[in-house]
Amino acid sequence: MTENIVGRGNRDGGNLFREWFEELGNVAKNDGQNAYVFVMGSLNEILKTFDLPVVFPEINSLQTAVRKVSGELLTEAEDYGYSPDICGYVKADVAVQLRNGEHPMGKIPKPTLAVLTNACNTYIKWAEIWERMYHVPIFTLDVPGTRAVCEQTWQGNTDFENDKRYVAAQIKELITLCEKVTGKKFDIDKFRQILSYANDMSRSWKRILELNKSCPALFNALTDGTIYLGVANGFRGTKEGSDYFKNLVEEMEFKAKNGIGTLSEEEFRLIFVGVPCYPIFRRFNEFFTEWKGVFVHSTYLWFAAGGTNLGFEYDLKNPVDSLAEGLLISVRDAMDSMFHQEQALLSMVDPYKIDGVVYHPIKSCRTVSTGLADGRRYFMDKKNVSTLFIESDMMDKRVVSEAQMKNRIDAFFEGIISRKQMAKQV
Amino acid sequence: MSYTAGVDVGSTQTKAVIINENREIIGRSLIYTGANVTQAAQNAFDLAVKEAKIGEDEVQYVIGTGYGRYKVTFGNKQITEISCHGKGASQMFPKTRTVIDMGGQDSKAIRVSEKGEIVDFCMNDKCAAGTGRFLGAASVALNIPLDDIGPTSLLAEKPVRISTTCTVFAESEILSWLGKGKKVEDILLGVHQSIAARSIGLLRRVGIEEEITFTGGVARNIGMIKALEDSLKTKINVSEDSHFMGALGAALFALEHIFTSRQPKEEK
Repeated sequence: MTENIVGRGNRDGGNLFREWFEELGNVAKNDGQNAYVFVMGSLNEILKTFDLPVVFPEINSLQTAVRKVSGELLTEAEDYGYSPDICGYVKADVAVQLRNGEHPMGKIPKPTLAVLTNACNTYIKWAEIWERMYHVPIFTLDVPGTRAVCEQTWQGNTDFENDKRYVAAQIKELITLCEKVTGKKFDIDKFRQILSYANDMSRSWKRILELNKSCPALFNALTDGTIYLGVANGFRGTKEGSDYFKNLVEEMEFKAKNGIGTLSEEEFRLIFVGVPCYPIFRRFNEFFTEWKGVFVHSTYLWFAAGGTNLGFEYDLKNPVDSLAEGLLISVRDAMDSMFHQEQALLSMVDPYKIDGVVYHPIKSCRTVSTGLADGRRYFMDKKNVSTLFIESDMMDKRVVSEAQMKNRIDAFFEGIISRKQMAKQV
Repeated sequence: MSYTAGVDVGSTQTKAVIINENREIIGRSLIYTGANVTQAAQNAFDLAVKEAKIGEDEVQYVIGTGYGRYKVTFGNKQITEISCHGKGASQMFPKTRTVIDMGGQDSKAIRVSEKGEIVDFCMNDKCAAGTGRFLGAASVALNIPLDDIGPTSLLAEKPVRISTTCTVFAESEILSWLGKGKKVEDILLGVHQSIAARSIGLLRRVGIEEEITFTGGVARNIGMIKALEDSLKTKINVSEDSHFMGALGAALFALEHIFTSRQPKEEK
């Protein structure tokens, strides 16, 4: 039983990932239709109703870093004219497009359509690149965000209902566009089925995140979490995605019941804030695990899951309006995890038994990085918990200094140990 | 009597300190690190033992620190220089709440609690501006020995403003000021003020709280002490042994280890 279930999520996730890229390879080969989308509000629910395979350029790009080829792609895009200061995901994608879709995971098809939200300012400029390259339609969903810290509005509030109508009207425009692009009529029953699978996934994802309050932690938010996120995005609204996450809940419940942690020995429980350091993904994590530190949660698990961590479930009787409501809540939460994460972080310290918070601003994404220094100061004023601030990048190894990084991480753990010893003496 | 040692292998120099159970320094040494880091650590340790007039085998615990800490192959443990400078500064000046450490290639600001634990720290990133290397560049550009640039800067009347934050570009800026006929002492004060401003930026990121203790090799430079005090508008603690603060902190951690290991184990 243990052998079959423990690690199943990572194994199955890897297999699904390969299948997904194989499918994209076939689409590219047959010049088939597909949609380029982003992790914060992918609108998979609509696109899958029209049988449009989805391409996540953000995931494609991070894969190039993990597979150690991002350096050459960034240089290629810079030679083409893009500045070193521009988002590394964008530049790696530009280079992949210039290489006619050649990617370490297979061939990436050219887009038929691109769908994005305003959750990241770069999304808008990025999509314009494809518009210029391929003359394809671009659909931007404008989702109203949180107006001020702790000022989210909810169902029944006038502002919320107005915002919901605004999003719903845009979804209807997207449906019309998809009908035009694919030549297919919108099938409301199929849409309901897709929403139902998405509900399964959101419900499971919320449960999985809660289960990691277990000691020892059941999964590493940075490493295992990234695999789960891949499936959460690529397979949202599908039977495969629904089954995968139900199985993952089963795995995590089994591990919790039997006290099986992701580390053989766990001493420090951490939260990660920001985007991972993909150019040295494994080594970066080892800097922490060598000290028996494990990331039990991360802001990445919120925003890169498009805010589905809240577990919002669609009302299948009223699907379009309910999708609008879900998008409003989840995309807003994804944005909040970047811009207003302090309250959520503070509320996680006790239930997740947190020893430290690691802030990781990155050079090539100012959207997630700006404000982290202030956020950290605020957090430190409110909670007597160690924090670490290390800067590197998600794509560009040129700005990743392993020796300096290790020095800071070692000092961070020494500080936590010293605090714990002092607390014992008191 | 038990003795412990701290060996601080820095990017430019290696320092070793031997202390006794009373936390008193009884031996110290300072040599250039060079290319053979392991040998430098061993040589610095041997010299410190010799000055302490004890046998090598009397040193019960050795901790390596600094960038080359993992090259202290004869050491029992490694601890970062961030923790060690905080420890050493708190030992020398118990009211220390903020430490500014300036070494050959890095600067760090460290905030310590009343109990001497590290609350927060911040270091220079990917750039040696605001470090000893910046002073080294000025020394070369002006052809003045490194030990003389601090005292010379104190003679300045009208300091120039060094606008660049890059060590490499600063050299050409210094030459351009020379070309404009500016006095060497005025240029040097400008250099010191520039480094002080950069370091205070680091201090602000961890929060400046008095007392402030200045450690590291650059703390031997009287011009740098003055520039920091003028900018911070307060006196700062500087020990005769500021240069050895990392090694001292390592030796103190080693002593704590010995004291802890002597305590009877708690019954389960």
